[in-house]
Amino acid sequence: MAMDRSTQLWLYEMMFRIRRFEEWVIDLFARGKIPGFLHSYLGEESVATGACAHLRKDDYIISTHRGHGHILAKGARTDLAMAELFGKRTGYCNGKGGSMHIADPDIGILGANGIVGAGIVIANGAGLSAQYRGTDQVCVCFFGDGASNQGTFHEGLNLASVWKLPVVFVCENNAYAMSTQPREGLSVQDVSVRAAAYGIPGVTVNGNDVLAVYEAAGVAIENARAGKGPALVEAKTYRIRGHYEGDPQTYRTREEVDEWRTRCPILCYRASLLESGVSEDELKSIDARVEAELLEAVEFADKSPLPDVSEARHGIFTEVAEVA
Amino acid sequence: MAEITYREAIKQALREEMQRDERVFLLGEDIGKFGGTNKVTLGLYEEFGARRVRSTPISEAAIIGATVGAAATGLIPVAEIMYNDFITIAMDQMVNQAAKMRYMFGAKLSLPMTVRIPLGGRRSAAAQHSQCLESWFVHVPGLKVVIPSNPYDAKGLVKSAIRDPNPVIVFENKMLYNTKGEVPEEPYLIPLGKAKVVREGTDVTVVATSDMVAFALKAAETLAAEGTSAEVIDPRSLVPLDIEAIVNSVKKTGRLVVAHEACVTGGVGAEIAAQVGYKAFDYLNAPIERVGAKDSPIPFSPVLEKYILPNDGDIVEAVRRTMM
Repeated sequence: MAMDRSTQLWLYEMMFRIRRFEEWVIDLFARGKIPGFLHSYLGEESVATGACAHLRKDDYIISTHRGHGHILAKGARTDLAMAELFGKRTGYCNGKGGSMHIADPDIGILGANGIVGAGIVIANGAGLSAQYRGTDQVCVCFFGDGASNQGTFHEGLNLASVWKLPVVFVCENNAYAMSTQPREGLSVQDVSVRAAAYGIPGVTVNGNDVLAVYEAAGVAIENARAGKGPALVEAKTYRIRGHYEGDPQTYRTREEVDEWRTRCPILCYRASLLESGVSEDELKSIDARVEAELLEAVEFADKSPLPDVSEARHGIFTEVAEVA
Repeated sequence: MAEITYREAIKQALREEMQRDERVFLLGEDIGKFGGTNKVTLGLYEEFGARRVRSTPISEAAIIGATVGAAATGLIPVAEIMYNDFITIAMDQMVNQAAKMRYMFGAKLSLPMTVRIPLGGRRSAAAQHSQCLESWFVHVPGLKVVIPSNPYDAKGLVKSAIRDPNPVIVFENKMLYNTKGEVPEEPYLIPLGKAKVVREGTDVTVVATSDMVAFALKAAETLAAEGTSAEVIDPRSLVPLDIEAIVNSVKKTGRLVVAHEACVTGGVGAEIAAQVGYKAFDYLNAPIERVGAKDSPIPFSPVLEKYILPNDGDIVEAVRRTMM
């Protein structure tokens, strides 16, 4: 798939933005600035970035509990996302959702989700909506290897196939479903082979190679947009951090993690960009821009007001009178 | 005014709303040409076509997931779940997704979706096709719960449910589908949260839902012959609940009996009793009585099922206890 220079650099910038966002929040979480659970996307930036590079503002994504990368790649703002993680009123969800529930329907982000596999069937609804309204919007549904063992995966892929929905299922196989490895919990070692059961295309790519993800997701998204139905793209990657921040990670060795660090998607892509003639200075200026953006985002989040308890029960229902 | 069945009244509501708004569509198991297990949608496939009357695979989680996703992206889906008991397969979608998305996403979206579900026994359908699980949903903030007891209310309530910008569950009753009542052919709405005084009385208030309303009216006749005047109130929706109408009646009568087909323990009657006990304590002349199924799975053999499920005789006895 031919790629222009601005897309090349966009991929780099987005991966770097997600990485720095994750590094910031890991630090802020450790310092007690961020309450609750934190599931880091660190090391998997190439998957969200490679897939979302093909999406328009009016396309949809469904994210997961490990969702920071997905929402940023789809265009979410780092300041509003950061403020949400801080539990602040200025955050995406006014402090009601937190890390696992960031959404922005205006740019097609139909939400991160705390229930593993739940988004797979919701993605079908978004795809159905696009098909029903006769638009060429698509929905990209992210989920993990663990989610592919939920009933919703099987119900969802079957229905998407039967109705030929414009949904691209992107499985991030990051080698661990919490502590369980695919060899312990998956009947097949490539989740993509399950696509055959539903009569849709399935492909496995190196998830740490942003260009490989870009290529595979691009084909699937183009087909979905053209009305050719759903596909399953499995991106094999690695969860560098624990399942959650604070996870003792007794189920794997430090050597294994260190080995995967050498396959860092950003370092690998950076090297290939330099090789292809992009200058070090150009990349450094991108880095500096992202660093400044995140510094502002953290400052915004830190200085933002907390929600008032008088708002605690706002937004449960839409007022009937609001709609004519 | 035409006399039509409860089934026909619901179909009229669906048809009118589909004619009125192109965004309204139906999905569910066998609801297309087959017309659904209870034949509520019979003929609508021919009228509106496969795009708007969508038969689905036997995948309840996928049905409700698609409903949620479609509602989040501009459509107004009306799902049918074949039996109350089968909604258990989709409980994550109902409870963790539909009920919470608006709130946890900071009120950034609305979910104008309706889920129609027949409940109830008295057909020897045994333990997995006879339950009344409405109280489960009453317990989850973010869901509205409607439970019509007659054709007139069914039409007006289903139309209001479809127009409501929130997730609404309509609990229909299998034993009511063939019952007849006067229903205007022209469109009309019944707002959710408005109880109806079905029969006026002075000595005791009987709050009854679904097919227990008919049993309550029969009981009221028996009681009238004994010189006891029963006021029968049908709340029509359980969320929102018109507790004021019930409290006002109890202030007049001084006695309360709550009757539903669901088993007594943890049923909606407990909630109504607690609220009335708090709001009208000084007006009560007797302990509040609850009538419902004996706590048991619903048995198959008609003689056993009849013993387990409540009827007008149980209401009469409960009222007599309050009069002692």
